[in-house]
Amino acid sequence: MAANSYQIAVLGDKDSVMGFKALGLTVFPVDSVEQARSTLHHIAREDYAVVYLTEQFAAQMEADIARYKDELTPAIILIPGKEGSLGMGMANIKKSVERAVGADIL
Amino acid sequence: MANTVVNPTRMELTRLKGKLKTAQRGHKLLKDKRDELMKQFLDTVRELRELRSQVEEELMRVHSSFTVASALMSAQAMEQALMYPKQSVELTMSFQNIMSVNVPVYHYQTRTDDTGDIFPYGFAATSGELDGAVEALGKVFQDMLKLAQTEKAAQLMAEEIEKTRRRVNALEYVVIPNTQDSIRYITMKLDENDRATTTRLMKVKDMLLAEALEEKRAETARAVKTFGNSSEAPSEV
Repeated sequence: MAANSYQIAVLGDKDSVMGFKALGLTVFPVDSVEQARSTLHHIAREDYAVVYLTEQFAAQMEADIARYKDELTPAIILIPGKEGSLGMGMANIKKSVERAVGADIL
Repeated sequence: MANTVVNPTRMELTRLKGKLKTAQRGHKLLKDKRDELMKQFLDTVRELRELRSQVEEELMRVHSSFTVASALMSAQAMEQALMYPKQSVELTMSFQNIMSVNVPVYHYQTRTDDTGDIFPYGFAATSGELDGAVEALGKVFQDMLKLAQTEKAAQLMAEEIEKTRRRVNALEYVVIPNTQDSIRYITMKLDENDRATTTRLMKVKDMLLAEALEEKRAETARAVKTFGNSSEAPSEV
C-alpha cells in the first residue's frame, strides 16, 4: 500500500522533549495547554504519523485527543513527562478495552 | 412491538423470509468477525500493556539522566548541544489488514545506521551524563515506535469491535425478532384466510345441495300428483 514518508512529532514541555531532538524527531516545545492544543491541531494536518505527547499536557486536552482517536494518522501516544507518569497511558488502554468489550476484563 | 403494518400477502411473506435468511446469515458472520477481532484485540492489548509499562519505565530513567545532565550543564549549553540533530528519522507507513481493520505498520529509516553515532555535539563541551541520556533515549525510541504502532492498532480495533458489536446486537435483538414476528403474523393471517375460504365454500355447497334437494322434492311431488291415480305409480317416494 501507500508508503509515503511521514515524520514523528514530540509535543510537550521543553525539558521533557529536548532529548528527542537529538534523535532527529521533530520537537515542538510548548509552554501552555492552549499552545499545546493549537500545535496539536496544526501537527495533525501535516504529515506526521506519530505524535508523542506528554501526559502532563494530555490530561488537560482530552477532547482534542479524542478527535484523532479513530483516525489513521496521527497516532497520539502519551508518554510520561519529566515530572513522572500519571498513569494515563495505562488508563487509556483500559478505556479502549472497556469500549470494545463493554466491561473491564483485564 | 412487532411491526404489524405489513401487507399480509404471499409476496410480502416471501420477501420477509428472504430478509430473515439474510439477517441470520449476516448475524452469524458478524458474530464470527466480532469474536475473532476480540481475540486479536486482547492479544494486542496484552502486548500493549507490557510494552507501555516497559517504555514508561525506561523513559523515566532517561528523563532522570537528562535532569542530571542539565544540572551539570547550563541550560544554554545543553540546548546548544542538542540543537542541530545529526540523526534524522523518516517514517514510512504501510497497512496491515486485521479482520478488515486497517492498522498502520511503521518502518523507520534513520540517516545514519550506527546507533553510536547519534551524538550531535562534540564531547569536549558537554557532560558525560548527556551522552548516556541520549544513548538511552535512542534505545527506548525503537520500543516507543512499536508502542505507537500497537497502541494505534488497539484503538482502531476497539472502534471496530464496538461497531461490530452494535451491529450484532441490532440484528440479534431487533431485526431478526421483528422479521420473525411479521412472518408469523402473515402466516397466521393467510391461514385464517384459508379457513375462511373453506368455510365459505362448505356453506355455499350446503346451500347449493339444499337447493338441489328442494328442487328434486318438488319435482317428485309434481310427478306424484300427476301420476297419483295410475296403478304403477309408487305410493310414496
